[in-house]
Amino acid sequence: MEPVRAVEGRAYPWGAKNVDTDVIIPAHWLKTITRAGLGRGAFETVRAEPGNIFDDPAYAGAPILIAGDNFGCGSSREHAAWALADMGVRAVIAPSFSDIFSGNAFKNGIVTVVLSQEAVDRLIVVARDHPIAVDLETQTVTTPFQDRFAFTLDPFRRDCLMQGLDEVGLTLARDAAISDYETRVAAERPWL
Amino acid sequence: MRAIVTEPRTLYQKIWDAHVVERRDDGTCLLYIDRHLVHEVTSPQAFEGLRVAGRRVRRPDLTLAVPDHNLPTTPRVDAAGRRLPIADAESAQQLAALEANAPEFGIRLIDATAPEQGIVHVVGPEQGFTLPGTTLVCGDSHTAAHGALGALAFGIGTSEVEHVLATQTLLLKQSKSMEIRVDGALGFGVDAKDVILAIIGRIGASGGTGYVVEYTGSTIRGLSVEGRLTVANMAIEHGARSGLIAPDETTFAYLKGRPMAPAGEAWGRAVAWWRTLPSDPGARYDRTVTLDAGQIAPSLTWGTSPEDVVPITGAVPDPDSFADASKRAAARKSLDYMGLAPGMRMQDVGVDNIFIGSCTNSRIEDLRAAAAVAKGRRVASGVRQALVVPGSGLVKRQAEAEGLDRIFIEAGFEWREPGCSMCLAMNPDKVPPGERCASTSNRNFVGRQGPGARTHLVSPAMAAAAAVTGRLTDVRELMHQQTGSL
Ligand code: SF4
Repeated sequence: MEPVRAVEGRAYPWGAKNVDTDVIIPAHWLKTITRAGLGRGAFETVRAEPGNIFDDPAYAGAPILIAGDNFGCGSSREHAAWALADMGVRAVIAPSFSDIFSGNAFKNGIVTVVLSQEAVDRLIVVARDHPIAVDLETQTVTTPFQDRFAFTLDPFRRDCLMQGLDEVGLTLARDAAISDYETRVAAERPWL
Repeated sequence: MRAIVTEPRTLYQKIWDAHVVERRDDGTCLLYIDRHLVHEVTSPQAFEGLRVAGRRVRRPDLTLAVPDHNLPTTPRVDAAGRRLPIADAESAQQLAALEANAPEFGIRLIDATAPEQGIVHVVGPEQGFTLPGTTLVCGDSHTAAHGALGALAFGIGTSEVEHVLATQTLLLKQSKSMEIRVDGALGFGVDAKDVILAIIGRIGASGGTGYVVEYTGSTIRGLSVEGRLTVANMAIEHGARSGLIAPDETTFAYLKGRPMAPAGEAWGRAVAWWRTLPSDPGARYDRTVTLDAGQIAPSLTWGTSPEDVVPITGAVPDPDSFADASKRAAARKSLDYMGLAPGMRMQDVGVDNIFIGSCTNSRIEDLRAAAAVAKGRRVASGVRQALVVPGSGLVKRQAEAEGLDRIFIEAGFEWREPGCSMCLAMNPDKVPPGERCASTSNRNFVGRQGPGARTHLVSPAMAAAAAVTGRLTDVRELMHQQTGSL
């Protein structure tokens, strides 16, 4: 996976609360066979409305999404994270996230940044016209106006994101231990 | 010399300990996975991930691929033996992807036309792929079923499927343990499905969340492997990721001679190890729940959660009777969706569809139980569709050898090809909006069997009883009639 040390650029100043995975990617997109291309289905119902934020040229290709409480609730479908990644989102900022969504986002190289509602409100105002920056090194979100909001990431996840280590890559690095286990078990339980 | 561990351990703890590759300081373990089942819906993106990263499957020999979810249950080959096309383009694409990915990564595929094809959770035990004391995963939430043979089995997401394919391991933290003990003899007309429905009704749909459950007690011991599979299959419906049943002589007798089970000298060694697995006397569980089998009646669900269980002799509950406010609200919504009113007798509710199948209830015993009720009777005129869908090609052929297919067909049921069928509305078998179905599957969620479909979960015998009377029916009445006429 691509290392993520910082995500900088325009941000969708959305702020919607309780965005469930059906809103992120409607169920009829689940019969696909690739992770790629799901960006087309992302926020399909929101996009059906004229003047929606996702089709506003000002934010086209924005790498950051700012949302409200409980982002990513609902089903465990990993397609939600795939859809965001495919539309180019690398970081989501919200006051809270569903656990499963955070896990899925992390597995797909998307940073989930938890900030207070106050901070989120301020970022929404700034993001309407200006870029913002999420820095994993210093664990801060900054704006061109001296705003500085600190957040924390799970140290393991932060490491993985910054070094571009996906979980599979990390476990593959434990190959020797896995091979040792296999050798031992082949002797103890040869019927496996 | 290593000290001998004497502390009593549970079955779960023993399987866990035997699979730890590495333990991290925070308690997370890299756990080895012995068996991996793959189907067409949750695997394409995992294989794609491997391809993009240039990775291979670490142990293709421990992986078995079987299509089941999307496959239509109508004939798959024409008279000349040619494959028939699948009308739904997306389903066809997912099936084609599995058929391409399996050979590309060296994985054994039981394809759509193979005689062994069936629902992953039916095929695994039947082939002897599922073994006691193994860790087994599949990208499907009903994987717990395999716990019936004493395997630590659970469902995983697509990224985890990819992780297992690439590394044969998963990073996991141990769950808490729960014992669900059922003792006593089952009453007349009561079967394994009623036992698990009673358990879910008792502990609730989230009662097992955070736990790995072990089902124990004389009732469970007395069940066949088929019955145990029905019980463990629904562990996720009470929130538990895995449900285990200790392997015993019943398990060994079931497995012996299965195509992928150990044979010869290996069989003896395997059985000797499997005998060490049952929980030690005095092993501690974080929680224990006990049920008296004698109290369990033929049961069914009235609402849209599997915890909404009543005996068939019961009535639709009044939402106001629930102590919990959120449950009251949920019950009102459920009844609205289900088109039922409080106080209605369950036996007065008419049905439009019958589904006998799914990984919960599509094995030979299930079909025998349903056929015993259907025999010499007719599907009621008000029933629009009554499907019998064997869980695998082997079950289908066994049933045909026993003449069960004739019984069903003569009674007016449709006899189909194996697959998930009407369990989940991903293939052409669906319950139309607003119609009601007595179903032997495991989920009665809103829209599970099709948008607007109304599901009542029942045992195979109860489904057959509903088919021939056209309403939800106490199967015991039909069984009495049958005995009386002999
Ligand atoms: S039969 Fe139903 S529950 Fe079982 S694997 Fe198929 S879809 Fe899942």
